[in-house]
Amino acid sequence: MSKRTVEVELSTSGLDRHGRPQRVPLVTNDGGTAIALEPPPGVEPDLEGEHMLINIGPQHPATHGVLRLVLELDGETVVRCIPHIGYLHCGFEKIGEYRQYNQIICWTDREDYLNSLGNNVAFALGAERLFGIEITERCKVLRVIAAELSRIMSHLVWLGTFCIDIGAFTPFLWAFQRREEIYRLIEKWVGARLTTSATRVGGMAADIPSGWMDGLRRFTHTFPSTLDEIDRVLTRNAIWVGRTVGLGVMTPAEAVNWGLSGPMLRASGVAYDVRRDFPYLDYETYDFDVPVGTSGDVYDRYLVRFEEMRQSVRILVQAAERLPDGPVNIDDPRTILPPKSKATSEMESMIHHFKVVMEGPRPPIGESYVAVESPKGEKGYYMVSDGTSKPVRWRIRPPSFVNLAAIPKMVEGHLLSDVIAINASIDIVMGEIDR
Amino acid sequence: MTPFEVVDTGARAAGPPPVTPKNLPHRGGEANPSAKALQEKFAGAVKRVEVIWGETVVYLDPASVKDAIGWLHDDTSQQYDYLSDVTAVEYRDAEAPIEVVWHLRSLPFRRFLRIKTELRKGEPLETDSIYDIYRGADWLERECFDMFGIRFRGHPDLRRILMWESYKEGFPLRKDFPLRGRFSRSEQLRQALAQNPEARYSMEELSIADAFAELPEDMRARLNKGGRTGE
Repeated sequence: MSKRTVEVELSTSGLDRHGRPQRVPLVTNDGGTAIALEPPPGVEPDLEGEHMLINIGPQHPATHGVLRLVLELDGETVVRCIPHIGYLHCGFEKIGEYRQYNQIICWTDREDYLNSLGNNVAFALGAERLFGIEITERCKVLRVIAAELSRIMSHLVWLGTFCIDIGAFTPFLWAFQRREEIYRLIEKWVGARLTTSATRVGGMAADIPSGWMDGLRRFTHTFPSTLDEIDRVLTRNAIWVGRTVGLGVMTPAEAVNWGLSGPMLRASGVAYDVRRDFPYLDYETYDFDVPVGTSGDVYDRYLVRFEEMRQSVRILVQAAERLPDGPVNIDDPRTILPPKSKATSEMESMIHHFKVVMEGPRPPIGESYVAVESPKGEKGYYMVSDGTSKPVRWRIRPPSFVNLAAIPKMVEGHLLSDVIAINASIDIVMGEIDR
Repeated sequence: MTPFEVVDTGARAAGPPPVTPKNLPHRGGEANPSAKALQEKFAGAVKRVEVIWGETVVYLDPASVKDAIGWLHDDTSQQYDYLSDVTAVEYRDAEAPIEVVWHLRSLPFRRFLRIKTELRKGEPLETDSIYDIYRGADWLERECFDMFGIRFRGHPDLRRILMWESYKEGFPLRKDFPLRGRFSRSEQLRQALAQNPEARYSMEELSIADAFAELPEDMRARLNKGGRTGE
């Protein structure tokens, strides 16, 4: 790693003339105050051979769940890292083979529990491809709103906990305050905060209540100011920069080969965003940018996720503008439940209701893999149907699982205290990794 | 100070910008051009090509999977540089073979390809590891082994990942594995109590550090034989 110099200015607004956060130059810049950061020291010769085995987790606040890392240390430098996972394994994929498609949606809430809305949307998209269903325009826009809201929520949790791991407490409170606003919005919409189960195959569990869009507009209007505030505190903060720059570097080629996705991949300079490259939900018609880092370290991952929140706000504003009227659910009694009033008064609707609940919708024989851009990366649902109402195989492609697999490489040669920062930068959710 | 670099991926790849697929046919439709290229290059190995819901599936002979995926990865006209997923499918029909599934992406060409190979039951469930081609296959293949018992030849560290290493009930995602597990609660409890709670580290981990020298004699002997703690 070459020597990098980062300008540290605590007094600036942190925004350039376009209103974007200013990029900290990562090459040597002679003007201004600058601190020089040496690359992390390698194995010190006098300590060679004095290796120590240290165990972090599975019960440790900085492992973000029940992750266990066994580290071999030389002094304070990590020589080798062996991750252990599986403490939260519940066999979601096995259970899915015994459930109807709409029942599986409840399980998708519980895997990546910071992004339950996004998972609901992803699963419904996969199931709809398997069923051959085209959803309504209103449903598409509502799903985009759901996915982007949960992206912001997930990134806010990541930002807050990452700050705490590194030692900054205040941004955590700011982030969680705004997250609470999103939770209130979601609670108004689907009645739950964490386990949302917001989608159904062919539509949504519920349309938005009246006046809900005003709450969303209020949020998208005021939220950027919180981002600016956090940006002012962190992005050019000397301690923050010192704790994040140059850590856990993945080159673009490595990142692709290790299968990283999401902000982890984009921080390394690879502009792969599922929303842009393999679009779904008409994402190609929204105007948004894909932020890409240059050096692939923890600091770049922070910048990329931070910018992604701004881009999500942009998408939310556009979605709120274009939300069309019309039905949310498709008009097909074989997959969508009839209204309750009809089910209790009309014979035909009652039969449909009974069939959908007791037998469940049946897709034709086939299979589908639909990937979406979750806050963690490429989240895919692979479903195989043999024509019955329950899938033969339901596979979750967990982005944090694949991202976490690279941690032995990323922490090698870094200090023990940096392991915490690198681990936090992956943005892992153990519910998704262990499933 | 330079502004935050924002790269538009639409400018990166050739061809028109991708759009959301709509009204996909159940069977048929346009196949991924890589399937045809594979058929030309590996004529004997490609068993059949299917297009289901717009996704191309190439069924390959188990012996040539690694060569074919390696070619897809390296060839400049294909450039499948990204491994999305490695998994397996077992059908409810007990006669049907187990399928190993690879999901590959070509980021430069924006292509998606599903490679499948069929492993007959009764024969050893083995296929070649693509660890050498994609490092991302490491944990994905371990999970596939853990859940289905499929051995990936050439994987350097093929051991259980989600289940613990001394797990003896078999492979949970196989169809003959009952939903509630093979062992009763009392048997599971008995096995858990029989574990050595002091054995925090696996033998492999102890062997990497100096702790090895401080181990009792019998543990070192077991380690040399390749045994594991806690079993």
